[in-house]
Amino acid sequence: MAETEGVRRRDFINIAAVSAAGVAGIGIVVPLVSQMSASADVLAASSTEIDISAIQPGQAIKAVFRKQPVFVRNLTPKEIAEANAVDASSLRDPQTLEERTKEGKENWLITMGVCTHLGCVPLGAGEGEVKGEFGGYFCPCHGSSYDTAARIRKGPAPKNLEVPDYTFSSDTVVKIG
Amino acid sequence: MSFPWVKHYTPAHPFMKWMDDRLPIPRLVYNAVGGGYEVPRNLNYFWNFGFLAGLCLVLQIVTGIVMAMHYAANTAVAFDTIEMTVRDVNWGWLMRYAHANGASAFFVVIYIHIFRGFYYGSYKAPREMVWLLGVVIFLLMMATAFMGYVLPWGQMSFWGAKVITGLFGAIPFVGEPLQQWLLGGFAPDNAALNRFFSLHYLLPFVILGVVILHIWALHIPGSSNPTGVEVKSSSDTVPFYPFYVAKDGWAIGVFAILFAIAVFYFPNALGHPDNYIPANPMSTPAHIVPEWYFWPFYAILRAFTQDFFFIPAKLMGVLAMFGAILVWFFLPWLDKSPVRSGGYRPLYRKFFFFGLIPAMAVLFYCGGAPAAEPYVMFSQLAALYYFAHFLIIIPVVSAIEKPLPLPFSITEAVLGKDDEAQLSVPAAPASAV
Amino acid sequence: MARILSILVGLFFTVALAWSFGKGAYTQITEPPAATAEHEFHLHPKELHLASDGPFGKFDKQQLQRGFQVYKEVCSACHSLSHVAFRDLEQLGYSEGQVKTIAAGFQVPGVDPTTGEANTRPGTATDYFPKPFANDIAARAANNNAIPPDLSLMAKARHDGAAYVYSLLTGFQAQPAELLKEFPDSKTPAGLHYNPYFANLNLAMAPPLTGDGQVEYGPGNPKPTVEQMSKDVSAFLVWTAEPKLEKRNQTGFAVVLFLIFATVLGYMSYRNIWAGKKH
Repeated sequence: MAETEGVRRRDFINIAAVSAAGVAGIGIVVPLVSQMSASADVLAASSTEIDISAIQPGQAIKAVFRKQPVFVRNLTPKEIAEANAVDASSLRDPQTLEERTKEGKENWLITMGVCTHLGCVPLGAGEGEVKGEFGGYFCPCHGSSYDTAARIRKGPAPKNLEVPDYTFSSDTVVKIG
Repeated sequence: MSFPWVKHYTPAHPFMKWMDDRLPIPRLVYNAVGGGYEVPRNLNYFWNFGFLAGLCLVLQIVTGIVMAMHYAANTAVAFDTIEMTVRDVNWGWLMRYAHANGASAFFVVIYIHIFRGFYYGSYKAPREMVWLLGVVIFLLMMATAFMGYVLPWGQMSFWGAKVITGLFGAIPFVGEPLQQWLLGGFAPDNAALNRFFSLHYLLPFVILGVVILHIWALHIPGSSNPTGVEVKSSSDTVPFYPFYVAKDGWAIGVFAILFAIAVFYFPNALGHPDNYIPANPMSTPAHIVPEWYFWPFYAILRAFTQDFFFIPAKLMGVLAMFGAILVWFFLPWLDKSPVRSGGYRPLYRKFFFFGLIPAMAVLFYCGGAPAAEPYVMFSQLAALYYFAHFLIIIPVVSAIEKPLPLPFSITEAVLGKDDEAQLSVPAAPASAV
Repeated sequence: MARILSILVGLFFTVALAWSFGKGAYTQITEPPAATAEHEFHLHPKELHLASDGPFGKFDKQQLQRGFQVYKEVCSACHSLSHVAFRDLEQLGYSEGQVKTIAAGFQVPGVDPTTGEANTRPGTATDYFPKPFANDIAARAANNNAIPPDLSLMAKARHDGAAYVYSLLTGFQAQPAELLKEFPDSKTPAGLHYNPYFANLNLAMAPPLTGDGQVEYGPGNPKPTVEQMSKDVSAFLVWTAEPKLEKRNQTGFAVVLFLIFATVLGYMSYRNIWAGKKH
């Protein structure tokens, strides 16, 4: 009996020592993994201010937000009417233009310029670019078409173009992020 | 490695058997660091440093890969990318300090490992190849460490690169073109920085390859031991697993504590303040020194202050600095003493403790000191002893020394008697792992 | 044969070294090196104790804020702080809004969005501290041919960095009469300033902190004496050089404690496994 007790105690210490080594191993892996996530300087550069005073109705600009394009579009009344004419519930990603813009600023459509399919930059923001059959944006990679509220209407993309967090700092300046 | 009593690998699990039949990695591991490697039972703690050196290599490769993820080898931004790593990357400061101090830890371990070899005659037959490969590893380590130190592109990085490549300029006739070829220019710049980065990333894997050969060569005759008497019977050895795994395991713990104290509390103690100043090719720091692990050889380089007949002092210094390491290659043939361990060699032992060790200590100290008197004179005397030790004293001592009587076997050395050894057949030298 | 060859090579090196040693020793005796003013009068930095010292050191944020104020109002006229971004100042206890205000107080290089020409704009939190001079030539021209070094890493780029900065700032003085008596040629050149804590004793920087109250500290802070301002800015530079110091100390404590625990277990396990095996 005393003999087996001794053996058990010994096994216990060996198991404890190996477990401690295992904990140390996990402790080493944590910083090795987390060093690859975004560093402080990258995270800090995560808001952008854009001057929108020069954008005429019907025009759009491409700005940079978090190293990705963001589209700022000044919709014409016709484009707004087209967007509102669609029954939102019939869409793949049901949203109204109202939900995608700020109150009182319905003509300012601000979306990421990143196709929700596989991340290409859709056409339509630049002067003279193809806007697709729904008059909004058209992604040339796999043919996704977005309407004037940048909602997905046709093609493989699953979601509407993402609307980032933003606020109007003034009537002419938008702060994104 | 096959003593007759070595246990053979028998797969415990059907999967291991399946694997072993197709790709015998389990068997390889078992024979290398498992129950299939029989090791002398009397190893002291100096024998832990081989395993620790392997651990250091892994540490450097892992932290180095991380550093390379955030580093850019361009003189315009290299310094800033390191600072960015330290300041903004998650745990970047830890990676940087672990990598920088890891190099120092690696050299501490390797110097102890080498001097263990000197004292216990580990370089002697039948382990000459283990020794030669070890010296190759040491040379590769020095090259890797030197190029790594250039990468942060601080003042010491730049001037270290300039001075060390300048050594090649001392070689007659081809010196200057050779130096230009090494740097890809007239002075260290983008070309040099980029190739140093490339080679600094490559060489550790070359080292890893040579380490595998080093261990392979070791497993042919098996480990040496403090008595220097070869293994004779099964009572002389214990299997590596669990015995030496446990011993190395707790030694790793001690190493890790010391290393953590250095990394977390004295991360810059072994570095040089000037390397926190970005490289400036127009202004040399007042006192340039390499990293501490090069100091003995740097002291030897600087010890030659006078032309010797037709050989310029600069060339003498370079010859001596490289010669100081190259001489190790010949050690197995310079030391002809039939007795391996310094413990049974009264005269050799005296020279080791009262000659070589103090000389190395002086060279270490003077290599880090300014190039002024009295340090130069001290390093001249120490370097003089260094060369005399390896090239004159060792051959002469091994011829005239009368060694102490050796124990019959390891078992006898440990237990005071060895009943088994009288009966058993001495182990034949093995021919395969 | 190998032995004879080896001894010959050994003699080659040892004789060459003995020759170098002999010549060197002879020169040393016949022409002992002259004493220099730098050697005789250079002083090691004074003692400086900061809250960030030692294994449990933490930053005194109040002091860092004062040090930052000294940097901003005095040092930044000539010295850059290029590795520090305004956003980093939040670590000193400033709020996001305060950081924005501080950043906006600095003009950083920018580009005119309509013409593309270089101009300046107010800083934002993600900007780094701007350099006071456009380039090294401008820095030299404005500073009596000496480039004011960047201060971000100063506390690590000198031996005893923080104590060195503190000693240098408080160490300006008239050249001692003994020095001039012993080394008449070593008179401080015009445009330089004597400071025994500087390696070659004469420094291009004029004493930057000249009078008590040069910087106005807010209520609840110690009196802004030269001594106090020097200490504060030294503490601030410890932070700019090693912003992760606190985290390093804390992580280190946990790691070392765990390793000691694990090593004791490892040792007991080792004793267990070797129990009864004499070695």
